[in-house]
Amino acid sequence: MKILKIMFKNSMRHKLRTSLTILGISVAVIAFIVMRSIVSAWDVGVEAAAADRVIVRNSVSFIFPIPYAYKDKLEKIEGVKRVTWANWFGGVYKEKENFFGRLAVDHNTFLDVYPEFLISPDEKKMFMEDIQSCIIGEATANQFKIKKGDIVTLQGDIYPGNWDFKVAAVYKPRDKITDATGMYFRWDYLNQRLEKESPDRANESGWYVLQVNDPSQIAAISQKVDNYFKNSAAATKTESERAFNQGFISSSSAILTAMNVVSFVIIGIIMLVLGNTMIMSARERTREYSVLKTLGFSGKHLTGLILGESLLISFIGGIVGLLLGEMVVTGLGQVVPKTIFPLLEVSTLNIILAMVAALLVGFIASIFPIHKAVNTKIVDGFRFVG
Amino acid sequence: MSTLIEVTDLQKSYWRNNIEIPVLNKLNLGVESGEFLALMGPSGSGKTTLLNLIAGIDRPTEGKITIDGSDIAKMSESNLAKWRSANIGFIFQFYNLIPVLTAYENVELPLLLTKLKKDERKKHVETALTIVGLGDRMHHSPKQLSGGQEQRVAIARAIVTDPLILVADEPTGDLDKNSATEILNLMEKLNKEYKKTIVMVTHDPHAAERAGRILHLEKGELVKETV
Ligand SMILES: Nc1ncnc2c1ncn2[C@@H]1O[C@H](COP(=O)(O)OP(=O)(O)OP(=O)(O)O)[C@@H](O)[C@H]1O
Ligand SMILES: [Mg+2]
Repeated sequence: MKILKIMFKNSMRHKLRTSLTILGISVAVIAFIVMRSIVSAWDVGVEAAAADRVIVRNSVSFIFPIPYAYKDKLEKIEGVKRVTWANWFGGVYKEKENFFGRLAVDHNTFLDVYPEFLISPDEKKMFMEDIQSCIIGEATANQFKIKKGDIVTLQGDIYPGNWDFKVAAVYKPRDKITDATGMYFRWDYLNQRLEKESPDRANESGWYVLQVNDPSQIAAISQKVDNYFKNSAAATKTESERAFNQGFISSSSAILTAMNVVSFVIIGIIMLVLGNTMIMSARERTREYSVLKTLGFSGKHLTGLILGESLLISFIGGIVGLLLGEMVVTGLGQVVPKTIFPLLEVSTLNIILAMVAALLVGFIASIFPIHKAVNTKIVDGFRFVG
Repeated sequence: MSTLIEVTDLQKSYWRNNIEIPVLNKLNLGVESGEFLALMGPSGSGKTTLLNLIAGIDRPTEGKITIDGSDIAKMSESNLAKWRSANIGFIFQFYNLIPVLTAYENVELPLLLTKLKKDERKKHVETALTIVGLGDRMHHSPKQLSGGQEQRVAIARAIVTDPLILVADEPTGDLDKNSATEILNLMEKLNKEYKKTIVMVTHDPHAAERAGRILHLEKGELVKETV
C-alpha cells in the first residue's frame, strides 16, 4: 500500500511538469474526441437516411428546379409507392442568424413519406385543412418559444415578401437522429402566391422524393427515372437518399479522412509528451531506484511505481480531456445545424476509444523508463550523475 | 568472537569498452562478529567496490564471500535481495533518503518488505528514530532536516530491520565537524551497545580512529593493518 503512496507523491514532485503533461494529454483527448465525434456524426447522417427513399433532382444542380408536371410521370413508374416533393424556401425568421430549415412540402404525402416526424391525428387534420398552416420541429419551437396556434412570419429571400404561417403542430422526432429543427409548410400555399405574384416561377418543385416498395430496386428505378427524363426540359439525377447524403458527405470525405488520420496522429503526440515526462522523471530518480533496490525492493515494485505514475497521469489527462471534450461537442451540437449533423454527441464508443488510447499511451510511455530502472545495476545507479 | 565475514581470493574487474579494469586483486579479509572495521585508502583504490561486494549489491568477478555461513556470490538475484534486506544496513555519504517521504516513512521503507503489521512497523520505526535521537522529527521531510539529521534518519533506516552488519561509505564525508562527531558517536554506540558489526569506508583519520581496526587499501590490495 505504501508503494502507492510513493507513486502519488512522485507524481506530485514537479507539479508544473505534471500539470503541463496532464494538460497536454487533455488537449489531445479533446481534439481526439471532437474529431471522432464529427466523423461519427457524418456516419450517422448517412445511416439516418431512410432506406426506401429516392431523391430526384435536376441533373445540373440541386438549386435548379424540376417541373411540377413530372409528378404524374413519376407516379406511374413501376415500383414507386408514393411521390412527394419540396422546395427550399430559405427566408429569414426575425434575425438572419436564426437558422433552421424551411421547406415547402406537399401536405398530402409528406408525412407518409417521412414517418419520422410525429404529430397527432388532430394536428394532421389541421395541417390538411388550413392552407397557411405549418409544422415545426420541437427543437426549433423550444428555441424560439413557438407554440401550436402561433403565427410565424418569415421574410422571403428566394421567394420575396412577408409570409405568415399558422403553427398546426410542433412535431416530435421519432428518434435521436431525426432532425427536430425543420419547419415545413404547404407547397400549395407557396404555389398559389407565386401564380399571382411571379407566375413564371410557379409550378416548380425543388426536388422529388420517391418512396419505393422494395429498396433493392432503387438502382433500377433510379435508372428508369433518369432515362425517362433524359431528353426533357430538365434532365434528372436520381439516387437513394443514403447515396445522396453520402454524396453530400463525399465532397468532404478528404476532410473526414484527414480528421481520422489526425485523431490518431494526436495519440502519437501525447505518447511523446508523456514518454518525455516519464523518461525525465525516471532519469532524475535513478539514484532513488538504486536505493530502493538496495533495500530489497524488486523489479516488480519499480515497475508498479513507474507504470502506476504513468497510468495515473494519463488517466487524469484522459478524464479531464473527456469532460472538456464533451462540453465542446455539446456546444458544437448547438451551433451546427442538425441538417448537417443530425446527431453530434460523444458516443460511448468514442469515450472508450479515448480512454483506451490514453491508458495505452500511459502504458507505452512507461516501458522504456521501466526497462531502464529495472536493468540498471545498483552500483551503476549510485554512480549515475544526472 | 567468530568470523562473520570471510572474503577469499576476491577479484573484481569492471569492463569499459571491452577493456578490463581490474579493481580488486586476490583480496583476502576476515571480519569478526561485533567488529568495527574502517577501510581507508586513496581515491580509486577500490574501497567502495569492496564494500558493495560485501553488502551484496555487486557481484565479484572471482572469489568467495561468505557471510554468516552463506556464500552470497552464489545467490540468485532475488534471494540476494531478500538476504540484503534481512542482514545488511546501508549508510551512504549522501544519505540517499527518498525526498518525497518523511523521516518516518523513509525509515519504514525496509519494513514494507516484511510481514510486520502497521502498528508493529510503527513500534520499530519509532524505536529506531529514538535511538538516533530524532524522536521529535519523525514527520519532517528530508528537506526540513540538516545534513547531520538526514544522516541520522539514514542510520535509523539502516538499523530498523535489526541487521547483522552495517556498511557505511564515507558516512561523514559530507558533514561538518560537529555533525560528523555526532554520527561517529552514534555508530560507536551501535557497535558497542547494540553489537552491530560495522564496516566503514572513510578518508577521515579521526573517523577511522573510532574503529577497532583500520585496513588500508591501495590499488585493489590490502597493504597495511592498524589495530
Ligand atoms: N560500476 C563501475 N563501472 C566501471 N568502473 C567502476 C565502477 N565502479 C568503480 N569503478 C572503477 O573502479 C575503481 C575503484 O572504484 P571505487 O569506487 O571502488 O574506489 P574508491 O576507493 O571507493 O574511491 P573513492 O575514495 O574516490 O570513493 C575506479 O577506478 C572506478 O573508476
Ligand atoms: Mg568510494
